[in-house]
Amino acid sequence: MVKFDRFTLDNGLTVLVHEDPTTPMAVVNTLYDVGARDENPSQTGFAHLFEHLMFGGSLHIPSYDEPLQRVGGENNAFTSNDITNYYVTLPAVNLETAFWLESDRMLSLAFSDKSLEVQRNVVCEEFKQRYLNQPYGDVMLKLRPLAYTMHPYSWPTIGKELAHIEEARMEDVKAFFKKHYSPVNAIMVVGGAVKTADVERLAKKWFGDIPSGEKYNRNLPMEPIQLEPRRLVHYADVPVNAIYIALHVPAKNDQGYYEADLIGDLLSRGNSSRLYKSLIKDRKLFTDINASLTGSSDPGLMIIDGRPSEGVTIEEAEAAIWEVLKQLSEEPVPETELDKVKNKIESTMVFAEMSLLDKAMNLAYFEVLGDAEALNKETERYLKVSSEDIQRRAQSIFRKENSSTLLYLSNS
Amino acid sequence: MINRTIAPEFKQIEEISLIQASPRLLDNGIKLFIVDAGEQELVRIEFIFRNVNWDVLRPLQAYATNALLIEGTSKRSSFQISDSIDSYGAFVQPEYSFDYSSFTLYTLSKHLNAVLPIIKDILTDAVFPPEELDTLIRNQKQKLLVSLEKNDVVTRRVFNHSLFGDTIYGHLVVAEDYDSIDREQLLEYYKRAYQPNNCTIIASGKVDNHTVSKINSFFGSEWSANDDFVVNSFQFSETLGSTLYTEKPDSLQSAIRLGQISVSRTHPDFPGLQFLNTVLGGYFGSRLMANIREDKGYTYGIGSAQVSLLNAGYFLIASEVGADVCSSTMAEIEKEINLLRTELIPHDELELVRNYMLGSFLGSLENAFSHAEKFKSIFLSGLDYDYYTRYIQVIKEISSEDLLSLANKYWHFDRFNKVITGKK
Repeated sequence: MVKFDRFTLDNGLTVLVHEDPTTPMAVVNTLYDVGARDENPSQTGFAHLFEHLMFGGSLHIPSYDEPLQRVGGENNAFTSNDITNYYVTLPAVNLETAFWLESDRMLSLAFSDKSLEVQRNVVCEEFKQRYLNQPYGDVMLKLRPLAYTMHPYSWPTIGKELAHIEEARMEDVKAFFKKHYSPVNAIMVVGGAVKTADVERLAKKWFGDIPSGEKYNRNLPMEPIQLEPRRLVHYADVPVNAIYIALHVPAKNDQGYYEADLIGDLLSRGNSSRLYKSLIKDRKLFTDINASLTGSSDPGLMIIDGRPSEGVTIEEAEAAIWEVLKQLSEEPVPETELDKVKNKIESTMVFAEMSLLDKAMNLAYFEVLGDAEALNKETERYLKVSSEDIQRRAQSIFRKENSSTLLYLSNS
Repeated sequence: MINRTIAPEFKQIEEISLIQASPRLLDNGIKLFIVDAGEQELVRIEFIFRNVNWDVLRPLQAYATNALLIEGTSKRSSFQISDSIDSYGAFVQPEYSFDYSSFTLYTLSKHLNAVLPIIKDILTDAVFPPEELDTLIRNQKQKLLVSLEKNDVVTRRVFNHSLFGDTIYGHLVVAEDYDSIDREQLLEYYKRAYQPNNCTIIASGKVDNHTVSKINSFFGSEWSANDDFVVNSFQFSETLGSTLYTEKPDSLQSAIRLGQISVSRTHPDFPGLQFLNTVLGGYFGSRLMANIREDKGYTYGIGSAQVSLLNAGYFLIASEVGADVCSSTMAEIEKEINLLRTELIPHDELELVRNYMLGSFLGSLENAFSHAEKFKSIFLSGLDYDYYTRYIQVIKEISSEDLLSLANKYWHFDRFNKVITGKK
C-alpha cells in the first residue's frame, strides 16, 4: 500500500506527496505527458532528444546537474512511447534545491545552440550503441512497423532513423517545449522524508507563478484490427537465427492487460514456466526464449522472442512456439498454476515497496493514466483473473491473424 | 517575484547512520549476519561461498556448479524445485563472480518455513543431472557466440586477460571450455566449496528470532564439513602499457577500455582513490563525461571505476565511441589523466564532488538490503565498520594536494593497458 496526498496548483500542476519517514532521502519525480507516440512521423526520436536538452541549462540556471550534485543529489530521466519522466534523489534536507531546478526548466529552457548540437551527436551515438552496433539491436526498428500500421507505436523512442535526429532544428525544439512542457501537462510526485505541508509551500513558491500552458489533447490514429498474419524475413551478420512474434494485447488501463500479463508469466516467468520448460528443457528446441509485454498506455504488444538450438529449423521452432501458445487457448490453465503466477505478482509488489524511487515513478504513471490510487489496486486486478479469463484472453491473443513474425536469420 | 538566479541554502550531510549487521554463530560454526530492518514482511537470505582450487584446465568448474545448483537434488527434479519455489512467490538466484559464488533466496516471511527445506536440499544434496548439464552447455555456447559479436564484451575480455592472465579474473572463456565440463568435476567442486567451513550467511529484511532459529535448524547441522579446499590466491605484476586492438571493419562504434592494476579496498589509499576516480569518471558531471560527452558529443557514455577484488585492485576507463573519433577520444583521456597529475583540482569542483559523494553514500542506504550490501563489501574484503568511518572522514577532509599526489602515485597513462575493438 503506497499512501499519498494530492493537491493541484492554480496553474494546473498536479502534485502527489508520499511521506516515507524510513529514509533520510527525498525523491522529486516529474512526469510530462508526452512520449514518442506524440511525435510527427517525419521527426521521430524527438521526445527523447528533447529529454536530453532538458539538461542543457534553463532560463536562470546555466547548468542543471552541477548545482544538484553540489547538494548531494543525483538525477536521470527516461522517455518511453507514452511519457517522459525526470527524477531527482537528494538528501531531504536539501529538497528545495530540486524545486528550484525543476521549476526553472518548466518555466523555460535556455535553448542553447551548443546544447542542441552536442546532444544530437550524443543521441546519435546512443542510437548506434543500443540499436545499430549490437547483434539483433535493430529488432524493434523492424518489428514495431510490422505490428503497427497506423498507430505511432510503429517507431521506437530512439526514432526511425539517425537522419531524423540529425535534422532536428531549434525552432522545432521551442515549439515542442511550448506544446508539452507546462504545468497542465505535468505531474509531480515528491516522496521520502518530506511533509505534505512543506511540499505544498515549496510547490507554490517555485511552481505557482509558471503560466499554466495549454492542455495537450492527444488525438492519435487508432491501430485497425489486424486481419492477416504478417511476416518479415531479415538476414544479418548474426551468429544465430532468432524468431520474434508480436501479438496485439489490451492497453494498460484495461482489465484484459492484467490477463495478458499473467499469460506472459505463465509462458516465461521462472524456470517452471511453459515456454522454458517445454522448449528449452524438455524438447531442447531453443537455447533462449521469453515472452514480455510492452505494457503501454494504448493497446500494446506481447512479444515472444527465441533463439532455436543449433540444427533446429526455423519452421520447426516457430511451430513449436505456437503449440505452446495454442495449449493456453485450448485447455483451461490449472488453478495451481494460475495461483503460482499470482503469488509471484503478490511478492513482487511487496518487494517493489522497498524502493522509494519506484514508488514515486509508479504513482506518477498511474496518475497520468487516470488515478494514482490504481497503483494500490493492481494486485487486486491480477488476483481476480480466473482460469476462464485466461483461456478467453489466450484465444483472442494467440491467433495467427493477430501476429507479426520477424525471422531474424543468420547470413552464415 | 522570487529571484530564480539564486540557489536555495543547502546543508552538507553530517549524519550518516549505518544499520550494522549483528553476528551470530550457527551450531556448526557458520557465521550468520543479520540486518533486521524495514516495514515489509519479507526476507533475503544470502549464502556466500569463496571460490576455491582454481584450475585453469577446468576454468568453468566453479561457474557451472553454481549455475546447476537448482537443477536437481536426489529428492527433487529441476522442475519440482522451480515449480515449488515459484508457487510460493519466492525467488532464488545463484550468482557467480570472480571471488565468490553465492545463492540467494528472496521470500515473503509467511512462506519462509515452506521454502527453507527446498533451499537446504539445494545446498546439501544437489546431484547435477547429466541432462541438465548438457542443456547448460548448449545454451551457454550459443550465448557465447552472440556475446563475441559485441565489441564491449570482446574489449572487456581482452582487457581482463591483459591484466590478470590465465587466472579466474582473466581467463578467456572459449566454446571448448564448456565441452571440458563433466559431472564429476561439479560433484567434486560442490563437496569442496558448498559446505559449512566455506560458508557465510547474510540475512536481511524482517529477521526476527524465529527466522534466526529456523536458519539454524536447517543449516546449523546435518551438513558435512571439510577442510579439503584452498582459497584462490593470485599475484599480479604491473601492467606494461600494451595496446591491444581487435579490428572490426564494419563497426559504427569502437569499444575502448584502458587501465592498470591498482590497490584494493584494504589499502589506506583506496577511499582517496575513489574520490579521485569520481572526479575523473565516477559520476554524471565527471571530467570525462563533461569533456567527451557533454562538450564533444563523441559518446553516449564514458566512465571510470576503481575496482576491488580479493587478490587485486584495478582501475579502468570504458566507453563506446563513434568509430571516427576513437583516436581523438584516447587523446582526450590522456589529457584528462595528465591534468589531474599536474594541476590542483579547483576548490569549487572539490567541494562539489565531496557533497555529491556524501549524498550518494546516504542515498545508497535505502533499505535493509542496501545495508546488507554495505556490510558485504567490507566483510568480504576482510574489513569492519571502521572502514566506513574512515571512508566518510576521507571524503569530508581530502584536499586537492592529496588528490594530486594520489594521481601521481597511481595513474600513469603510458602504463595503462589500452584495448580497442572496432576501428581506430
